[in-house]
Amino acid sequence: MNFESKDYKLKVGLAEMLKGGVIMDVTNADQAKIAEDAGAVAVMALERIPADIRTQGGVARMSDPKLIKEIQKAVSIPVMAKCRIGHFAEAQILQAIGVDFIDESEVLTPADEEYHINKHPFKIPFVCGCRDIGEALRRISEGAAMLRTKGEAGSGNIVEAVRHMRAIQKELKRITVLDDEEIIGYSKNIGSSPELVSHVKLHKKLPVPNFAAGGVATPADASLMMQLGAESIFVGSGIFKSSDPARRAKAIVRATTHYMDFDIVALESEDLKEAMKGLEIHDIPEDQLLQTRGW
Amino acid sequence: MRIGVAAIQGDFERHQRVLTKLNIETIPVRNPVQLRDCHALIIPGGESTTLIKLFKANQLFNEIKKFAQKKAIMGTCAGLIVLANKIYNPPLESLQLIDIEVTRNAYGRQVDSFVDNIRLNLYGKEVQFEGVFIRAPKIKSTGQGVEPIGYLQNNVVMAETSHILVSTFHPELTDDPRIHEYFIEKAKGILK
Repeated sequence: MNFESKDYKLKVGLAEMLKGGVIMDVTNADQAKIAEDAGAVAVMALERIPADIRTQGGVARMSDPKLIKEIQKAVSIPVMAKCRIGHFAEAQILQAIGVDFIDESEVLTPADEEYHINKHPFKIPFVCGCRDIGEALRRISEGAAMLRTKGEAGSGNIVEAVRHMRAIQKELKRITVLDDEEIIGYSKNIGSSPELVSHVKLHKKLPVPNFAAGGVATPADASLMMQLGAESIFVGSGIFKSSDPARRAKAIVRATTHYMDFDIVALESEDLKEAMKGLEIHDIPEDQLLQTRGW
Repeated sequence: MRIGVAAIQGDFERHQRVLTKLNIETIPVRNPVQLRDCHALIIPGGESTTLIKLFKANQLFNEIKKFAQKKAIMGTCAGLIVLANKIYNPPLESLQLIDIEVTRNAYGRQVDSFVDNIRLNLYGKEVQFEGVFIRAPKIKSTGQGVEPIGYLQNNVVMAETSHILVSTFHPELTDDPRIHEYFIEKAKGILK
């Protein structure tokens, strides 16, 4: 892995530009405008938000390029789009239409149960979900330029994102105190390379930004995830499944910037109308969990 | 000397990392109180639309304008955009602290982002620098009192006035601290 290459500077560089901001799921040009006006740093263009994918079922695929192009025309901030895990042909299409970032996402139905996409040959950066340090480092080995917690998309419940962020932060701390002779054994146990683990030990952080996703629904959720170590926030269903999306979007943006200024987070939490209803994680049948897709 | 980095959104940590390496004290700036404690300010790369909206929401917009009358400000990429007199693609309100006209995303989308060698004119000497251009803007024109000091082919990519230093690329994404050093000297000169 050459983290000093030009290719890496450009890919991770764009991820750096999105730090401290909010990336919002949108399903049409009007929603994209609302997101941009609220101060989103990027939008994720998709046909159905995760909460609807969950209730409607069926195979969830990459969005229609026509829809993505309409959203690209509507806003001047970066536009991201999702492809299925392992579906490199969908990723090639997204690159061809000039998407700024590709999310190889467990929210869509996986196309390959064995392999994720080899992301190195692409000019466009990728973001991937992860639940623990091993998954995070494997995605980086494959070329991901940004990570995000998987959380449980479309649930409106922050508990899984918290679990995943804490798991990663705990292991990051542990890696910094590993002796050199422990690194190979540790790498084998988490399914990553000793080189990458050594890199993390040296720099005391992941080589790419790590954002929070999967269940963010309120300004307080955003502040919580930032305080736990997230560098930005993805909001999927949480905005456009709430009663007043424009107001909630603005509130989550401000709470993310000022996540340690509790007067501002309190102010932004006031009178927001109803949040999305949300799901108790234990009520989701195990075979319908999105976070267990990919490895 | 303490340099603030606007930490509304964007790669502010990368700027802080360079400053720390140069033994300069640095703080993240999210409100006017924090700004008042600084001897100079850097506005980082990020999304210019978001930066402008949140500067306004946090009363930083007018505070930064006042700050510029007495102290130095550097802006990279989005930071350059928000400091410019006029913005195109699309038109946005800006701080109007340097007389340049700027087109956002002028090279295209992320697929058109690139790294290329640029020429800088620092202290009357021409030097090379690695320019990292990410969804970068272009300087359409420079007005009176604005000195172009960086070029990619014939395009101006870095410029300055007595108090303001701007670049369309990201020196903070390289390990080369020369542009930050140049800004620190500029800021010190103004304080004297």
